[in-house]
Amino acid sequence: MISIKNLHASIGDKEILRGINLEVKAGEVHAIMGPNGSGKSTLSSVLAGREDYDVTEGEVTFNGKNLLELSPEDRAREGLFLAFQYPVEIPGVSNVNFLRTAVNEIRKYHGQEEMPAKDFLALVKEKSKLVELDAKLASRSVNEGFSGGEKKRNEIFQMAMLNPKLAILDETDSGLDIDALRIVATGVNKLKSKDNATIVITHYQRLLDYIVPDFVHILYKGRIVKSGGKELALEMEAKGYDEIKKEFEIAD
Amino acid sequence: MSLVVDNKSAVTQNLLEQLQKNSSKIAFMPDTEIISAIRHLEEKGIPNNKHEDYKYCNLEAVLRKEFKSVEQSFNELTNADIASLKLDEAINLVVVNGNYNEALSEKMIVKGLTVKSLNELSSSEKTLLCSQAKSDTDALIALNTAFTSNGLFLEIEKGNVIPMPLHIIYVNSSNSHSVINTRNFIHVQANAEVTIVESFHNIGTAKVFSNFVSEKLVDENAKLTCHTFQNEGTLSYSVNTNQVKVNKHSNYSNTTTTLSGELVRNNHNVVLAGSNCEAHLNGLFIATGTQQIDNHTLIDHQMPHCESNELYKGIAKDKSTGTFNGKIFVRKDAQKTNAYQSSKNILMSDDATINTKPQLEIYADDVKCSHGTSTGKIDTEALFYLKARGIGEESARKLLLQAFAQELINKIEIPSLHEHALHLFEKAL
Ligand SMILES: Nc1ncnc2c1ncn2[C@@H]1O[C@H](COP(=O)(O)OP(=O)(O)OP(=O)(O)O)[C@@H](O)[C@H]1O
Ligand SMILES: [Mg+2]
Repeated sequence: MISIKNLHASIGDKEILRGINLEVKAGEVHAIMGPNGSGKSTLSSVLAGREDYDVTEGEVTFNGKNLLELSPEDRAREGLFLAFQYPVEIPGVSNVNFLRTAVNEIRKYHGQEEMPAKDFLALVKEKSKLVELDAKLASRSVNEGFSGGEKKRNEIFQMAMLNPKLAILDETDSGLDIDALRIVATGVNKLKSKDNATIVITHYQRLLDYIVPDFVHILYKGRIVKSGGKELALEMEAKGYDEIKKEFEIAD
Repeated sequence: MSLVVDNKSAVTQNLLEQLQKNSSKIAFMPDTEIISAIRHLEEKGIPNNKHEDYKYCNLEAVLRKEFKSVEQSFNELTNADIASLKLDEAINLVVVNGNYNEALSEKMIVKGLTVKSLNELSSSEKTLLCSQAKSDTDALIALNTAFTSNGLFLEIEKGNVIPMPLHIIYVNSSNSHSVINTRNFIHVQANAEVTIVESFHNIGTAKVFSNFVSEKLVDENAKLTCHTFQNEGTLSYSVNTNQVKVNKHSNYSNTTTTLSGELVRNNHNVVLAGSNCEAHLNGLFIATGTQQIDNHTLIDHQMPHCESNELYKGIAKDKSTGTFNGKIFVRKDAQKTNAYQSSKNILMSDDATINTKPQLEIYADDVKCSHGTSTGKIDTEALFYLKARGIGEESARKLLLQAFAQELINKIEIPSLHEHALHLFEKAL
């Protein structure tokens, strides 16, 4: 699905990603944990194509394509989806209009016809149910005035609508109440198949109780310093990052 | 520096000579008005950028550069020429090169509505002319008064509500450089109501300097809703003056949509002359190429308990320039005034310019006034978010600009005009 090799990225002259290696195969769920500021969101932004970052070294192959050469929109059209840690409010653009444009531009890229309005609305209905998103939110402006939790639900709703091959969920659990967490996680699980993959960025085991990862990676100071199975997350939750910090401080 | 040191009067003098050579006598305009108009024009001269109100709109330079010789050679128009400019749900009235054209206009008998050309005015109606737009206030009003053409007179009689919008189509068409001084007078009598759409077009092959003056008088407890739609293209240089007086308990609103014009200067002056009245001025423009769009508003709160609201938005692309200058006067007697003004702009290129200047002069103490301006680039965070969902750069920009403009386009409540404006707006993006 995606293969990240020795990825370095910086902003200005500050290097944030310092040699990331990660291999995610179809059907897998990977969790990325790590202290604040370690570069988790930066990694997801770089993968999604945010232009603020300079990739200085390394390569990323996404389903056989050189991901770093693609525009952000083409990455999305190729099936990459980023659920933003901080979803953006876009006053004046309705959720529905936004998604219709997205769905149709993705279809166009793949040489498909526009989706008939009727089918589209049926899809909106079906997928908003998946994350129990209030139907009213679909007609409102994108994220405008949404509560923190509603914004996160809206991200997963969009994911459901666009049906990506690789979804990167950047702290989708933060800001969700206990019920919402379950609903969103169940939604994500329902979207899982042997043909797609998920990278879950989180600070808490809670989410991983629902979305059970095949692999857990610890990101620290721009590198993946430790990888393991789902038990690594439990271990981190119990012990915190002190040990890791001590061990890798020197390598700064 | 050029050799021309101060040829302000030379440009004005040349224009006067050109126009005098090519114009015939205007029977309906009193001689005294014409004489004083010419005097004011000569005194003031066509304004250049040294004039405070025309800092970003050097009309003198335009006339010197583009209208050295003015031939006033116009095209005759037929129904076929204007068919596409009409609106379905309105009574379409046509003004060609400044003159009301009855043959091209739709004839409809509507109770309480008078439509006639200025040279058909009765002597009492004639006294209304120049009662609002005064030659001594602005050289362009003077120019229009001195060389005015046979425009429209509209009157809504007391107590009548006109059931459908009136659409005045101003269409210019000339085959050589021309200066067109279109004028009209709109009188909404007490307790009357009307919606008027004014659309401006240029379908000729030569450059036109269009100097439009509209006097609008709203009597007590009346309502005048106007939509101005400007799409004159790059052969057109236009100054549009609306001189409006609103009396007690009345409501005036205007939404101006400017989609093209090499130079468009709008002077929208509203006097709130009675208590408890409202004025709403809205504007949306999109400027491309080297176009200059300049909105000047003046709201003169003379009496207490009135409200004014202004919302202007602009998008400047390429090497274009957009200007918003909003003056608000709150006179000593205008206690309990509420005046709001907002101007928001988006710069789409590094070579585009936006100038904004709110000017509040408040002489009463119990008033609420606020103003705000903002000029920025398109929101890159929002742009990235849209792109991250597979939406291409161009569509993403369009979505954001539509969102920006939407609140103003939505103020056009006439469905076919709304559609039309939206369509042309999207095309201009
Ligand atoms: N645009 C930016 N300008 C300057 N520094 C930045 C920028 N973006 C990220 N950084 C810095 O890069 C580092 C990594 O940030 P990032 O947001 O990727 O961390 P994170 O692992 O997602 O943290 P958190 O768990 O708090 O979400 C931080 O030190 C941050 O301040
Ligand atoms: Mg983060």
